Amino acid sequence: MNKKKWLSTPYLIWMIAFTVIPLLLIGYYGFTTRDGSFTIQNITAIFSPAHSKALLKSLYLSLLCTVVCLLLAYPLALILKNKNVGQGGFVIMIFILPMWMNFLLRTYAWLNLLDDGGIIERIFSLVNIPYQSIIGTDAAIILGMVYNFLPFMILPLFNVLTKMDENVINAASDLGANSFQTFIKIILPLSLPGIVSGITMVFVPSLTTFVISDLLGARKIMLIGNIIEQEFSIADNRHLGSGLSLVLMIFILASMALINRYDKNGEGNAF
Amino acid sequence: MKFKRFFSQIYLTLIFIFLYAPIAVLIVFSFNSGKGSRFDGFSLRWYEELFQSEMILDALWNTLFIAVTSALIATIIGLISCIGISALKGKPKAVYMALNNIPMLNSELVTGLSLMLVFAAFGLTAGYPTILIAHITFNIPYVILSIMPRLRQTNKSTYEAAIDLGASPTYAFYKVVLPELMPGIFSGFLLAFTMSLDDFIITYFTRGAGINTLSTLIYSEVRKGIKPTINALSTIMFVSVLLLLFFINRPKKATNEIL
Repeated sequence: MNKKKWLSTPYLIWMIAFTVIPLLLIGYYGFTTRDGSFTIQNITAIFSPAHSKALLKSLYLSLLCTVVCLLLAYPLALILKNKNVGQGGFVIMIFILPMWMNFLLRTYAWLNLLDDGGIIERIFSLVNIPYQSIIGTDAAIILGMVYNFLPFMILPLFNVLTKMDENVINAASDLGANSFQTFIKIILPLSLPGIVSGITMVFVPSLTTFVISDLLGARKIMLIGNIIEQEFSIADNRHLGSGLSLVLMIFILASMALINRYDKNGEGNAF
Repeated sequence: MKFKRFFSQIYLTLIFIFLYAPIAVLIVFSFNSGKGSRFDGFSLRWYEELFQSEMILDALWNTLFIAVTSALIATIIGLISCIGISALKGKPKAVYMALNNIPMLNSELVTGLSLMLVFAAFGLTAGYPTILIAHITFNIPYVILSIMPRLRQTNKSTYEAAIDLGASPTYAFYKVVLPELMPGIFSGFLLAFTMSLDDFIITYFTRGAGINTLSTLIYSEVRKGIKPTINALSTIMFVSVLLLLFFINRPKKATNEIL
């Protein structure tokens, strides 16, 4: 039995080489200059007007996207639970299936739908509603984010809700709670691991995206992800890029801590 | 009550339309005879061009090769580590699971950048191997998450019975434990394959010059305007998966086992 333990060692080495050391390297580059001396300028660079504006914009859009996803996904997960479609299987398939069409291409397709002369404009003009293209505005970015990350909110919520003990809910209504009270006092608190896991899985990728703003922002919207990406790919300044990434990681670590606190047993896992 | 059911049906339909409208648009426009965002008429022109475009076929081959290889290696490493991790207890186990969670919870941007930095530091030139290592790294956690719950459910006594009856531990593992884990292994592989197939950000930062997957090819073409040939390819891929899933799920009971 003891020999088995060693089977996990190769993966430990792999994780140290390709998860731990890479993160430490970001720390190293973030706190050094090109000639290798220590500096905190790469971190404080976040307070420059352009950078802080981009960070605030990212925070604003990703928080809004997270709220919209939660509000859309919770009723959906409840409906799916009540439909008794069974655990996993079919439901997961419906939400994973779109991933088989490249995500850049799917996001790009929204251009076709939303842009001037696009499909939505033509549908609107059939019923004589004036339509203004939202491409290049905050609304387009949020739509792109919600579209891409909604499944990551639905799946953990659905998992937690279907695993919930039906007897607890029945007991509440037997004891005289109406359906609203049952929801607030029983279902909502019990689904907390799923909510927290869903929030993290939507918030982190939408906070750090640079692709969605690239595709739907018409080059007008700079998010913190775009700035970091350009530091690496265009400006070739990995020190500044790493420093700004470290700032982003504060938010990522905060969400990880949130998960560790409320979803210890992984009940809210998406898959 | 009837009203409530009606309402939930409408809600489901709306979300479904939201998720699948872009896909429908892509499929419809792959049959467009023109190039723009107006539908000019039905044609198979882009499908013909697709099979003559070496660039796209090359990217397709890279994408599939990387997805299959990384999912396969991740499944093997994941399976072996699951057995090892399940023999651990307390703190060491918690450390393993916390480390395992990092690539899943971390932002892809940070993962991609940090891997790019580490490859440069190790002196690996960006290319096939670096993309593969990166994909294996973010795939293993999904495999472990799929296999772990199965492993927890397996009955230890059957394994011990096999040992008592004279089977070697390896033989007992192959004959008794592995078959029970098979659904978890399969869904882990499928999940890893899908994640790798759909990945753009991490590939973008770890690929070398001249190597394109479908994602990076599409990203570089966005500026020039994407040609419907890529729509044609995506349509073929999407429909093949749809058919594949349809056939796998034909026996009704198997549905829950597979995903």
